[in-house]
Amino acid sequence: MGHSAPKIANPEGIAEEIGALLGSMLIETVDHADELSFTVVREDLANAMVALRDMGHYQQLMEVAGVDYPERPERFEVAYHLLSVTRNHRIRVKVTTDEDTPVPTVTHLWPVAGWLEREVFDMYGVLFDGNTDLRRILTDYGFKGHPQRKDFPLTGYVELRYSEEDKRVVYEPVKLAQDFRSFDFMSPWEGAQYVLPGDEKAAAPAPAPAAAPTTPKATEKKGESGAGEPTDSKAKEKSEDAPAKPAAATDEGKGAAKPEGKA
Amino acid sequence: MSDYLEKMDHVINADDPSYGDTQIQNYTINFGPQHPAAHGVLRLVMELDGEIVERCDPHVGLLHRGTEKLIEYKTYMQALPYFDRLDYCSPLGMEHSYVLAVEKLLNLEVPLRAQYLRVFFAELTRICNHMLNLGSHIMDVGAMTPNLWLFEIREDCLNFFERASGARMHSAYFRPGGVHQDVPLKLLTDIADWLDTRLPRLFEDAMSLVVDNRIFKQRNVDIAVVSKEDALKWGFSGPMIRGSGIAWDIRKAQPYDVYDRMEFDVPVGTQFDCYDRFMVRVEEVRQSARIMKQCLNEMPEGPIASFDRKVSPPKRGEMKRSMESLIHHFKLYTEGFHVPAGEVYVATESPKGEFGVYLVSDGSNKPYRCKIRPTAFSHLQAMDFLMKGHMLADTTAVLGAMDIVFGECDR
Repeated sequence: MGHSAPKIANPEGIAEEIGALLGSMLIETVDHADELSFTVVREDLANAMVALRDMGHYQQLMEVAGVDYPERPERFEVAYHLLSVTRNHRIRVKVTTDEDTPVPTVTHLWPVAGWLEREVFDMYGVLFDGNTDLRRILTDYGFKGHPQRKDFPLTGYVELRYSEEDKRVVYEPVKLAQDFRSFDFMSPWEGAQYVLPGDEKAAAPAPAPAAAPTTPKATEKKGESGAGEPTDSKAKEKSEDAPAKPAAATDEGKGAAKPEGKA
Repeated sequence: MSDYLEKMDHVINADDPSYGDTQIQNYTINFGPQHPAAHGVLRLVMELDGEIVERCDPHVGLLHRGTEKLIEYKTYMQALPYFDRLDYCSPLGMEHSYVLAVEKLLNLEVPLRAQYLRVFFAELTRICNHMLNLGSHIMDVGAMTPNLWLFEIREDCLNFFERASGARMHSAYFRPGGVHQDVPLKLLTDIADWLDTRLPRLFEDAMSLVVDNRIFKQRNVDIAVVSKEDALKWGFSGPMIRGSGIAWDIRKAQPYDVYDRMEFDVPVGTQFDCYDRFMVRVEEVRQSARIMKQCLNEMPEGPIASFDRKVSPPKRGEMKRSMESLIHHFKLYTEGFHVPAGEVYVATESPKGEFGVYLVSDGSNKPYRCKIRPTAFSHLQAMDFLMKGHMLADTTAVLGAMDIVFGECDR
């Protein structure tokens, strides 16, 4: 029987029909989990949408979603979700782009695209050619950066508080009381690649997979007790003559909070 | 006086009657972000010509909490309670889309009783949501009493949620694979009594004060008329699109859980104005009660969550006795379950309209991307188009008929 999610029957031969409609604009068709998605040529997006709206009867644009794949040459994917209320069917149309290349707007086809494109611009920095009102929408006035990008840290770069002295809200760099913790969820029986302590001389491990486990968080030095500034400085004094740790043992989490490679 | 006449001598010019007229400019005002009728933190920058709205620019995002980003750092089960906090007036409606999206990626079968319970509580959520919206809409246009009466019903609903899940608002009751726990029989019988007695009495009483009221009609009829074409173009859904005369309801068109077994009617508007949207919601409350009664009659006994122990954790009692259950329990509450790579867009009929979740999985135990499609985003965007040429005082009626909650709009 399977899942109980909304039942959308794919009409017979719908993929071929839309493929014929899009013609040379179509790059790839994916049919996964009963959902059809069509990747189209970026420059032809507006033409493809006109064809789908007027000939394919997909009247409504429900959603424009950005996705970031930093390892790809064109890192951003913009997914348009179309709904046909007459055919009772949904499809997804995708284009790919990078930081500098604009995607043609569809605001002249669906006015609802205005805010949806603004959101993708705000969150990912994808530009939309022809959208006359491409302001930020969800983030603060004067915000810098694009928070949904994978290289944007979860905590962001600035925090704000009300300053009693200045009688206004002030922005300050984020100070974390506790480092980021990244846990490794890979099971050691299912292909996780570790160098266990004391096992360094064993056969060189196979190259780590793409989702390589990050170094588990550990207190490397006494100065990193995590108990705050006073304790840290005390601990440092005491461990002056302790042997220095190798530089390779830097902590992953700490680096993520630093504002580097700011977009 | 002579000073004045001397001054007027300079400004009067027989050749050009408009000479000396004062140029008046349109007046720009801020509506909100702290306005009680803005239903949250909405800032509308409005350009007024007298009392006529010429331009209306909604500024949203004041309640942006980065939910989508946070979800990318949580396991699938940890991400669920964030959905309660999106539209905090109808929490279970939000959860529904999410659990269905996860189940679709897993292709996980849900036991029948769990499906009935979900539909049952989703409809109770709809009643709960509409009580708040109808009440505040009425109050925004000037009537106090019905709102207080409708809050009585909402309070009852919240008590039922508490008895089912332990929490009045943020229930976290729907889980991938079913629901969190079974409901006691007494709760079901109490809700059945409530559906037969208290709900119709209070609700119909309150509505009798409003629906034929002259003032209420003057404030709502022919306000913000949206044609069918415009409703489609602006991406309307839910009561907004039904108010524009399109009988589109995802529960009917693309049924999920056991909605295909339910018998209910889809109300549509005929004049496409704010009054129609209000009346569509009023009728939806009655239809929701009808669905709930059918659920109560048909709900079978049986398990309330999937037995797939790789997704759905075992009961605590079982965990204390069986080693295998202990392992599953530990693994599910630390590592969580892995979802096969792929992407789905699942939209359900939340009380406010189409609430969608676009879930991209990379095969790990955390969502790679979880895009939430809020209902309010597209509705609020049409504010400029709806308000153009209306009076300033109509703003509250239009906003009230849209049913906007900022937790969901700003995410």
